[in-house]
Amino acid sequence: MAATYDAIVVGGGHNGLVCAAYLAKAGRRVLVLERRHVLGGAAVTEELYPGFKFSVCSYVVSLFRAHIIRELNLARHGYDIIPLECSFLPLPDGDALCRWSDAHQTYREIARFSAKDAEVYPEFSLAMTKMAQFAKRLIDAPAPDPGSASPRELIKLLRLGRAFTALGGDLMHLNTQLLTMSAVDFLDLWFESGVLKAPMSVSGIIGTFLGVRSPGTAYVLLHHYMGEIDGAFRSWGFSRGGTGQVSQSIASAARAFGAEIRTEAPVARWIIRHGQARGVVLENGDEIHAKTVVSGLDPHRTFLAMADADQLDPHFVRRIKQFKMRGSSGKVNLAVDRLPDFVGRPGNGPHLRGDIAIAPSIDYLERAYDQAKYGDFSQRPYLNVVIPSLVDPSVAPPGKHVISCFVQYAPYNIKEGADHWPDRREAFGDAVVDTLAEYCPGLADSILFRQVLTPWDLEQQFGLTEGNIFHGELSPEQLLFQRPAAGWARYKTPIRNLWMCGSGTHPGGGIMGAPGELAAKTMLKSGAV
Amino acid sequence: MPIPSPFHPRTQAACVSLRFKDWAGYYAVCAYDTYVEREYFAFRHAAGIIDVTPLYKYEVRGPDAEALLCRVMARNIAKLKVGQVAYGCWCDDDGKLLDDGTVSRLDEQAYRVTAAEPSLAWFCTNSGDLDVTIEDSTDRIAALSVQGPCARDLLTQFCDAPLDNLRFFRLTRATLDGADVVITRTGYTGDLGYEIWADAGDALRVWDAVMDAGRPLGALPAGLDAMDITRIEAGFVMNGVDYHSANHCLIESRKSTPYEAGLGWTVHLDREPFIGQTALRREKHNGPARRLAGLVMDWDEFEALFARYNLPPEVCTSAWRTSIPIYNRDGRQVGYATSGAWSPTLKQNLVLATLDAPHGQPGEWLRMEVTVEHTRHQVGVVVTDRPFFDPPRKRS
Repeated sequence: MAATYDAIVVGGGHNGLVCAAYLAKAGRRVLVLERRHVLGGAAVTEELYPGFKFSVCSYVVSLFRAHIIRELNLARHGYDIIPLECSFLPLPDGDALCRWSDAHQTYREIARFSAKDAEVYPEFSLAMTKMAQFAKRLIDAPAPDPGSASPRELIKLLRLGRAFTALGGDLMHLNTQLLTMSAVDFLDLWFESGVLKAPMSVSGIIGTFLGVRSPGTAYVLLHHYMGEIDGAFRSWGFSRGGTGQVSQSIASAARAFGAEIRTEAPVARWIIRHGQARGVVLENGDEIHAKTVVSGLDPHRTFLAMADADQLDPHFVRRIKQFKMRGSSGKVNLAVDRLPDFVGRPGNGPHLRGDIAIAPSIDYLERAYDQAKYGDFSQRPYLNVVIPSLVDPSVAPPGKHVISCFVQYAPYNIKEGADHWPDRREAFGDAVVDTLAEYCPGLADSILFRQVLTPWDLEQQFGLTEGNIFHGELSPEQLLFQRPAAGWARYKTPIRNLWMCGSGTHPGGGIMGAPGELAAKTMLKSGAV
Repeated sequence: MPIPSPFHPRTQAACVSLRFKDWAGYYAVCAYDTYVEREYFAFRHAAGIIDVTPLYKYEVRGPDAEALLCRVMARNIAKLKVGQVAYGCWCDDDGKLLDDGTVSRLDEQAYRVTAAEPSLAWFCTNSGDLDVTIEDSTDRIAALSVQGPCARDLLTQFCDAPLDNLRFFRLTRATLDGADVVITRTGYTGDLGYEIWADAGDALRVWDAVMDAGRPLGALPAGLDAMDITRIEAGFVMNGVDYHSANHCLIESRKSTPYEAGLGWTVHLDREPFIGQTALRREKHNGPARRLAGLVMDWDEFEALFARYNLPPEVCTSAWRTSIPIYNRDGRQVGYATSGAWSPTLKQNLVLATLDAPHGQPGEWLRMEVTVEHTRHQVGVVVTDRPFFDPPRKRS
């Protein structure tokens, strides 16, 4: 049967859509197949309760590459980001630390806990900016391949090496620290106040099954810092209409370039003939043929679920199995009839218009991790809470609000077994609401609707293996030329004409769009499509 | 959001222009009027009264206070006697400027340091095992600067300390309307002037006493815009404008050494080790790659340029701080201006610029970019010794 399409992109998540848009822009005939009834994958908006639109999974945008916005003309297709105004940390004693866009105001806030830290804070941001500037070179290009002897690769590595040495002695040293240290140890080099370090350290554990004192988490911290490249919090933002609007805008751009997008079209497996991908079989038995197939799914689903084991080299299969998914977080979404009232800062105010962290101390975070290590969710977890309806009135009825709570830790493999998550789901939801209610009593009475997503739910509903929000941990050993496997970090797979474009590839997760973009550009450049 | 300084109830009431800005996190008046001249001329003809509370202030105390300041400051603080004030700067290990400010020796073992930026962590980091305490007194101490030819007459009316004997860069303790204060003969205007350091709780009492005594003399509250013109006339550099603290520089080339920023005279190399000494010694030996220079614009050429457009020469009424290229006569860029102002007193366009070595010798003529009617031109500028304006009354 003749191929109808140049490429079929499987998975209508934001990366799949970006990839499809770029391929369509280059004049290729592209079909996107999405299993669910809505596009966006984990970057999705759903009206779960009448009048309340939830960014069900991913809830803030910071890393989305600006050149993709320009190249795909996304602003015209509805891409619109509202900046977060601050970072609010309520403390158990009723006090709070608020970090603002206003540098002097932030200085005063931090100085209440440590004047030295307040002074060092902008210096830390400057150092991180420099590091992120270097790391940006890595993010915006396919991963370097140190195993290759090709002159082109060597030149690339050389250039990278030069950029690295250009950082200067102190920063090269810093880079090594970032790659090897724990988030807390790294922050200890700069700061003395636990009140400041705790909320800063959590950037090092998001989406990983590690604690803030686990080595390697310092790098993850930098990964999140890249959203703050201009040193301001405003570079984190809410997508107007929820994060699904990001996906919708990309889908709209892709369609404008001629891509075809189908929802409720679950794919059962790849069609592989003679080691070569020829198309896909849908769950309803339909076969669709294409010259290339691009998987926006995570590495486990791409190679272990959609392909038969005998179609792959066992060594490769083993490496993919070793690629750590192990989800560690959950999500609780609330519809409320009034704003939460924080003990230390009652009432509405600018402190609610950013992100709210429940991370009162480093020990608190470590205790939360302790429970997870032994197969339980944290009774008092780290929470990252946002109230997007405060700045985006389109997502809730007037005077009412949506509250999004990112929750860590919620290990996929609870001791009862992952399949028992449905039995623990409500207890998990209660732990989250109770935790938050310690800081804003009365929260429970304001709840109109509650959605609890455990890692098991994330897997079942969104196809995230083991509920890992990044399609695989962002730990240093799973990044760059090792994402998802050494030798296969350039979107190509051992199955000819099967490509990858999801967050399980370089440069990784977050609403970044880079994997989708780089995959499309790599495919086009290589003439595969 | 900025916070009010202890003088805010008075400055806010007087500021009919509503022109405030954020200075180190405090509300600070740009100009009380909608124009700057009245306040400028108060500084030069009578006295301008300006709230300088937002300066960062540190109390360094203890048996090793002197040792700490000797270690941190590029200037030899060991020479500072009780009752003296010194202007100086401090650097990082590479001899790159971090900040500049004054050090007042209040007592045998008590110093007060002023800074443009937070410096507590830097002082603490370098205090090691020295027997010293460092207190951030920024919020606790209100600072009011009285600058201008009438400043002494103003203060002697109600000050119990003998200000007639208080020499330039000296300090005295005094009582002003019952408030215990420290008065230093310092300022940022290059004029006769004093700075009053009072408890924040006494701020309004001090303000009222100063204003009552000043009114018959023509003293006025003055804002930052007027002071900016006077500081350029005085040739003073400003952190964040004419040089940048090494802590905030993304790239090396933005950092400056004291020799480059015109502060070489505050560096005392031949003494016990201090931070940046090795690098500064090397810098002094090799000569700085750049240097700060005062430039005065050729008025005739400036006027002729405007005449080509049938325009009278236009001068800025307030100081400016944008980077403007400076060229040599061959048209090659040899530096950049960082700030400047029209001096209403000298009737000259004054410029502070950073020039590549060996440029910057007094009397050297260079060219500076000037835009007239949306068109770029160049006008001659001559390197001139700073201060541009240095009245004898400053030290008298």
